[in-house]
Amino acid sequence: MKTFDLKYVGHDAVRIDGLEKITGSAKYVDDIDLGPATLYASILRSPYAHANIKKIDTSKAEAVEGVYAVVTGKDFPYRYGLYLKDNYVFPLDRVRYYGQHVAAVIAVTQEIADEAAKLIEIEYEPLPVLQNPLDSIKEDAPLIHPDLGNYEVVPWLYPQPGTNIAHVRKIRKGNVEEAFKEADFILEDWYLVPHVVHAPIETHVSAALYTPDGRLTMWNSSQSPHTQRNIIAHSFNLKHKDVRVIAPYVGGGFGGKAGVNMEVVAAACAMKVPGHPVKIRYTRKEEFYDTSMRQELHAFIKIGVKKDGTIVALKHQLYWDVGASAEYGSNVVNATGFSAIGPYRIPNVWIDSFAIYTNRPPCGAYRGFGYSEFHFGIESHMDRVAKAIGMDPVEFRKKNAIQEGDTVAYGVKMGPTGIKQCIEEVAKAIEWGTPSEQPKEPNKVRAKGFAAVWKAPAMPANESSAAFIKFNEDGSINILVSGMELGQGFLTAMAKIAAEELSLPLEKIRVELPDTDRNPYEWQTVASHVTWSCGNAVRRAAIDAKEQILNTISEAYYIEKTNLYLEDGKVKSYTKPDFEIPFEKFVIDGVQMEDGTFRGGPILGKGMFMPEFTSAKVNPETGQGGHPNVHYTTGAGAVEIEIDTETGRIKVLKMAEAFDAGKAINPDIVKQQITGGFVQGLGTALYEEVKFSEDGRILNPNFTDYKLPTALDVPREMHPIIVEVPQPDGPFGARGIAEHTMIPVMPAVANAVENALGIRIKNPPITSEKIIKALLESKK
Amino acid sequence: MESKEIKFKLNGKIVRTEVKPYDKLLEVLRDKLGVKSPKYGCGRGECGACSVLLDGKTVRSCLIYAVEVDGHEIVSLEGLQANGLTELQKSFLKHNSFQCGFCAPGMVIQVTELLRENPHPDEEEIREYISGNLCRCTGYNPIVDAVLDVIKNK
Repeated sequence: MKTFDLKYVGHDAVRIDGLEKITGSAKYVDDIDLGPATLYASILRSPYAHANIKKIDTSKAEAVEGVYAVVTGKDFPYRYGLYLKDNYVFPLDRVRYYGQHVAAVIAVTQEIADEAAKLIEIEYEPLPVLQNPLDSIKEDAPLIHPDLGNYEVVPWLYPQPGTNIAHVRKIRKGNVEEAFKEADFILEDWYLVPHVVHAPIETHVSAALYTPDGRLTMWNSSQSPHTQRNIIAHSFNLKHKDVRVIAPYVGGGFGGKAGVNMEVVAAACAMKVPGHPVKIRYTRKEEFYDTSMRQELHAFIKIGVKKDGTIVALKHQLYWDVGASAEYGSNVVNATGFSAIGPYRIPNVWIDSFAIYTNRPPCGAYRGFGYSEFHFGIESHMDRVAKAIGMDPVEFRKKNAIQEGDTVAYGVKMGPTGIKQCIEEVAKAIEWGTPSEQPKEPNKVRAKGFAAVWKAPAMPANESSAAFIKFNEDGSINILVSGMELGQGFLTAMAKIAAEELSLPLEKIRVELPDTDRNPYEWQTVASHVTWSCGNAVRRAAIDAKEQILNTISEAYYIEKTNLYLEDGKVKSYTKPDFEIPFEKFVIDGVQMEDGTFRGGPILGKGMFMPEFTSAKVNPETGQGGHPNVHYTTGAGAVEIEIDTETGRIKVLKMAEAFDAGKAINPDIVKQQITGGFVQGLGTALYEEVKFSEDGRILNPNFTDYKLPTALDVPREMHPIIVEVPQPDGPFGARGIAEHTMIPVMPAVANAVENALGIRIKNPPITSEKIIKALLESKK
Repeated sequence: MESKEIKFKLNGKIVRTEVKPYDKLLEVLRDKLGVKSPKYGCGRGECGACSVLLDGKTVRSCLIYAVEVDGHEIVSLEGLQANGLTELQKSFLKHNSFQCGFCAPGMVIQVTELLRENPHPDEEEIREYISGNLCRCTGYNPIVDAVLDVIKNK
């Protein structure tokens, strides 16, 4: 038997979507013209963060020439949600956050729609505004969702009716109280990580066309076309076969375009004006107010250790502000509840993770799915504990790093992990142990900071992926999947996986973007799981196609199947060196036999993947007894920073990050994920925070006041490192790394600040102002 | 409000179109003239995704009124590549400099202007020049690398 080295997987390649993007040919939703019948919507938004709606009068708006319809809550009195149905298409009798969409005017031009929207009269009765989850859980706090007990919810979430708690995930492992008694050192403290926004450069865009035959077609900037079809079909009582979601390129998602939010508004508008496409493109301000943002986290952490550095116990209480809706955010709270120990072996664990309603905009998935937020506290704490007992923080992490076979917080055994290699590689790249060279200026000081991380894909136990591979007359293929290209290199990864199995050059492969009519099922492109999950489906589809190819050739040429193999788009034989049939000779037309008849026919591979070992059924009081996560990806990151003690400004000079990708399908794209994710993390470490006024308005809903990192703000020296400890059930051993790359940044920078100045900042972003204030404080 | 006909050179061809006094160049290019490479990202000149060349200078087309370009010349990415990929585009492609690709057209326009004004900028000059073009995916260094590569081969 001939053995093959991997020819495509594991090698660098030019992205297969590169040419489209570099020429401006790549189509995003807003680039699609829907014809002269298109109508435009203007959305009227709540001027209160919390208020009862007493009366809505739309008559004046409806009377305006050019207005086709006005939509309000009474038109579609439905609640929807992915996990907890607590979100309204349009609110009925109460608004729960400032900027919430209350009504929409559909008109022949945007101008007319905007003008008519001003004529809608709404009478509000203001209610008390809650903006801090610690206030929301007080016993006398007003209820934001008084009907919480009546909302439909998945069986593994536990809303607490009569409170503002949408879900609580508890972990009880071992006995923390006893273990703390035996600890030589205990540290407890609070950390606060504020709301931040995804800020994809493309805002949310959704276009919808409802035709009188009952068909709804949507063009969405989306990470979740099938999930959107499912939720929208349910919400509007349509048949799934009649709802079509087309998802062209997405101009940045980062979790913000996961699930459903403004797409229900577009669907509702379209259903009011059958035959007319309605397109809604959010402004940047609307993007801040009414999509979703990252939860705010108030975390209490208590860790006990032995003198030798062994962690014996962790108590971690996470109070998440999920905003006015927990429909998606409740799963962030759930997922982090299971994993809020960080990548460590800890025998005694107590975790409470609370999803708490406030009158802030609804929160949801954000790159890292809550792990960035809780790692800030955990990884700050690890440094502080290590230093307190006189251990090097990197040695401390290595000593406690979780290994294959250790039990995680919910009692399941940890799988293969390269955490120690990641820690070592990062330490080497950042030259840990060698003090930073100090600049000549007396007001500048340099230091390094370190963090280790882990993350599991957060998904329902039965999430699944499917793939079709269609051969064409020239031996090229179209791969149909519904994973989404968000920029992470998904299309190239899928092409490589198929290329490897079919031994087909990349230039003969096209991977199609999702269209729910045509492409098979994918749960969502979230959780950094599509390389693993959809990659498995594509690999199986390729193997299926390969089997059909070998069967056809075997039957037509009377050669044993086991003596055949594929190479460079041809079928070859181990036993006949000259035998060579190119794919294009038979993949559609089959092979003609001597009697003139044909064998074979169009080759059409199909593949499916669903993990069959996962279960969300756990004891709600302990979190034990199930298998909620498929695997963990581990990694580490470090920075070297320079602080100007006169201005408080932090410059990150150098970074290193290593992740265990299992097998990097495209090593260069994996490294670029690390670079890009680091910089997104850097924004949250140094600059980014959504600021609110007392009445719940956002004070900085634009890029002048909400600062994203620019090309000037990033480290000139970056060391993205790939570690490969194979994932046994991953395609070629691969597992995801995309979200993980931003997780170490906030704590690594905070740890570096302490190493530089002896100041511990416990609430990112670490702005110049905070540095200067802390310096002044320390001099008192 | 009353419309006005404007006439300008767009990617090498003279075009005429009716615009309202408040119409922004970005909307006119995208919705009336079918030029889709400039993208809406912020509407306030903060992100650079809508950049085009006005008489050879980069402008944010979301800030310019369409009436202002009457009698002038506009070049978008569509015009730059009229005779095939530019060296800059080839280098961006080779370095996989973009991920979601949404900022790419604006970034190409911005760097094109830089290299016309200064064929051999150093790394810090490149960073300064593109610091008004936001990219949320790449972390910028793959973009800077691609530009440096083009300069090296000049």
